[in-house]
Formats: sequence, C-alpha cells, structure tokens
Amino acid sequence: MSVSFLISQAKSVQKVIDENSAEIEVLDQKIGDGDHIFNIQRGLKLVVELEDSIKDLPLAKALNMIAMKVLSGIGGSSGALFGTFFMTMAKSPDLDKDVDFNKACEMIISGIKAMKERGKADVGEKTMMDVLIPVSEKLNELKNESEFKSGLNEVIKIAEERMLSTKDMLATKGRASFLGERAKGHIDPGARSSQLIIDTICKSVINN
Amino acid sequence: MKKFINNNDDFLKESLTGFGKAHSDIININLDPSFVSRKNKTKDGKVSLISGGGSGHEPMHGGFVGHGMLDAACPGFVFSAPTPDQMQAAAEHVDSGAGVLFIVKNYSGDIMNFQMGAEMYSGKNDSIVTNDDVAVEDSTFTTGRRGVAATVLVEKIVGSLAENGGSLEECKKLGEKVNKNAGTMGVAFTSCTVPAAGKPTFDIGDDEMEFGVGIHGEPGRKREKIQASKTIVGNILEAILDNLKPEKNEKNLLFVNGMGGTPLTELYLVYEDACQILQSKGVQVTKSLVGNYCTSLEMQGASITLLKCDDEILKHWDSPVHTAAMRWGM
Repeated sequence: MSVSFLISQAKSVQKVIDENSAEIEVLDQKIGDGDHIFNIQRGLKLVVELEDSIKDLPLAKALNMIAMKVLSGIGGSSGALFGTFFMTMAKSPDLDKDVDFNKACEMIISGIKAMKERGKADVGEKTMMDVLIPVSEKLNELKNESEFKSGLNEVIKIAEERMLSTKDMLATKGRASFLGERAKGHIDPGARSSQLIIDTICKSVINN
Repeated sequence: MKKFINNNDDFLKESLTGFGKAHSDIININLDPSFVSRKNKTKDGKVSLISGGGSGHEPMHGGFVGHGMLDAACPGFVFSAPTPDQMQAAAEHVDSGAGVLFIVKNYSGDIMNFQMGAEMYSGKNDSIVTNDDVAVEDSTFTTGRRGVAATVLVEKIVGSLAENGGSLEECKKLGEKVNKNAGTMGVAFTSCTVPAAGKPTFDIGDDEMEFGVGIHGEPGRKREKIQASKTIVGNILEAILDNLKPEKNEKNLLFVNGMGGTPLTELYLVYEDACQILQSKGVQVTKSLVGNYCTSLEMQGASITLLKCDDEILKHWDSPVHTAAMRWGM
C-alpha cells in the first residue's frame, strides 16, 4: 500500500460508484432516507481532489488527511464510519516502512474493527458491516499466504454473497431499522456500496 | 423538481448566509465548519446547549438559537448528520466554562458524529438523545425510536433551565424527563424532494397517506387511503396515548407541527380535532404550540406531539425566549 495506490484506487472506486449510483439511490429510498449515495459520491470526489496535496506525503500523513477530509466533508453515518476507518489505518505502526500485503491486510482489519465499534453494529443487522466484517475475517486468513491473489477472488465472492444476504434481513441498526418487516426484500444500500468498493479494489490488486 | 435553487453545491451555504442576514440581531453564522451561534457571547457560568442535525427541517435547529434556547446549532447537508468538526468548533466557540450539553436526535449518523465531536472537544460535555416518535416500536433489537418534533420542546425547556443557572447535570436530567414525557406521531400526504436527488423520496398515490412517517420521508407504520381529519387525528392520538398514558389530572402541552407543505389553516383544524378528541378522553390540554417547527422540506403532512407537564416543565415552557423561530415574553 502506497499513497499512489490509494489515489488510483479512489479514482477507480469513484468510477464504479458513479456507474451504479442510480441503483444505490433507489435502494436507499426504499429503506433509508436517500442520502447514502450522495454522501459516498461527495466523499470520493473530495478524496480524489486531494491528489495534489497528498501525493508526496508519507503514507501515515496522507491517510490522516484523507480521514479528516472524509470526516468533515461527508456527514451522515458514512462520514463517521469511513472517517474512523482511515483514521485507524493512519495510526497503524511502522507506516514509514514498506507496507506489504500482510501489513495492508492488518491495517484494513483494524480499520473495520474500529468501524464496528463506532457503529455498534455486527453481522446480521442489515448494514455495510454485513459485508465488511466477513471480508475482514477472510483477509485475516489470507494475510500470511503467498498466493494471496487467488484468495482475493474468494474475498470478492464473500462480499457479493453477504451483500445479497442483506436482502432478506430485518434491519436492526441504521435508518432502515425503523421499518421492521417492511425493510425485508431490499438489499442494504451501504452493503451494496461497500461490496462495490471491495470488488473494485480486489480486482485491481489481482490484475496488477 | 421546482425549487428556489441556483446550484446544488451552494444550496446550503446560500440559505444559511441568508438566514444569518435576516436574523443578524440574534445570531451569527460561521461557515467552514458551519454553525449558527448567538450574537451575544454565552454568559459566564451558563451551560451551553448545542444541537444539530441534517438540514431540511428548518427552522429546527438554527431557528432555535438565541436567548432561552440553544447557544449553537450545527447544520449538516440536507437529511445528513453534521460532521464532528462542526460540533467541536461550535463547542469551542460558545462554551463559557460551565460545560456543553449536546442535544441529539436518535439516528445512527447523528449519534456517531456527535460522539466523535464530543470526543474531539476537550471541555466538559454531556449529551441527551431524543426519541419521541411512537410510530416505530422500541425493542432491544432496534436502534430504537426516532427523534422528531419533541426535540423542539426539549430545546425550549432545557434552554430555559440553562438560562436560569441550571448545571450540566440538571439540564441533562430535565431534558431526559421532557423526552420521556413526550410522544409524537406524523402522517404525510406527499413526499419531499431532496435537492441533490432532484426527485421525490417516495411515490405516493393522490388518495394515499403514509401513517407514522419519519421526518426524512422514511416509511412509517402503514400506507393507507386518506381519511377525514378527525379519523387521522384520532388514530395518531390513540398511538400516542397508548404510549404516554397520561393521568386524568395531569396537564399536557399539545403541539401540532407542520411538515413544511401544509398550510396553517389545516394545522389549526388538526389542533381543534385533537383538542376535542383529547377532551372526550379526559386528557387536559393546558399549553399549545401550532406551526412549522420540525419540517421535512416541502412535505405535506403534520405530526402531533403530546407532552405531559409537571410544574418544572410548565415554568420553563412559559419563560422568555427570543430566537428566529420562537419568541415570547421578551
């Protein structure tokens, strides 16, 4: 993981999210309040715009700037959760040394753990954590393997399965939780956007 | 979408700046990070009250900044929680040393962002969470009930206590009591349109209403055919009374709140219906509030809030207040 990796991933994710924005917007209007996609798009735009200010910075500083930008620029649950994610990654030890796959996995795992604590949500509650927690567990298995690229295909598969599994869940956290039975039958918009982000990044790592 | 708008990115900034100019005798506007604060500095020893939330509910919360109510309000994007840096900056700006009480509506995003703001603020602070909406059931498995119109009452009543020298602990305690004594339920006839979305949040037939709607256009209990006002009001009150169970001799405040697109004529009709129904059930109404206070953009609809009042609540309800949206006694 490097600053240039972060910037190029942000750009790829922005493209994919934009392509799928209509679908996510509709999902959120069905069971939420319709702000999720705009928050995610605004956040990605802000991060991509940071390119010139962070490209020559050390990784920890760049991650911290991304965290503060996400935290102050997005709002809603997404801002707090993704801000927490980057802030936690920025606090990882030894970021001045080479960040290999193993180390990157550990950073992502700790970031997701902090999101879980901030949002007080676990799997089965129809939120983005339904995708992120299983992905984090899989990364924990993969981190020491030399053949991690094939493992990332499994991460892609897990993210997709878990995203789809939110469809039949009752929401117990987030805005959809107020709907009870009426939230059933709709995929959680946060689970969908998180799955798209994971899908994009994993594919890019596999192909490079 | 038909709205007064120049471009989406400047929508909030322009509105907030206009709000600041229109009420420059009461408040100041800070941009980047954005917060509304009182024109006059918080007096020494007075607890500061800070609220906030997504925009689109005006006059809540900026319209309640001023003497006898809030010290500052942090507006987020439309229907999106404000960010922690706003709360931190607002707290640093208004705290006179007696501490800050954050008043937060019960939504995941608001809770998380206010928590982070409170963690980032080094001064003494505490929070209360409002959750007066009886439309959605509270259970150990859910985030709980939504915070809606009773937040206005909490801000007024706790604001008075703070103005009169209440400590941070006393303000928190009174806020929790008001929240616990209040129940709200709303109904919508039309959807609202978030400017960034450009189209209505939900589809609803010309002859339908959403019973138990949330203040962001979130679905409520059920979709029904529209009925006579008396029937709608009766059903709303039944849900509230089930929940609050006021005693026969207890005094109550009846608050009819417009969602933004319903004229006052109709809101007063709703108030009359509610008074009659409550009287027939032996529920005493001694205080009133009618108007658009906790809105949902241009949504047509209304919510009814009932607040059980003891002498402490009544005293602080009647005390002077001078804000952009609420003013009496001074």
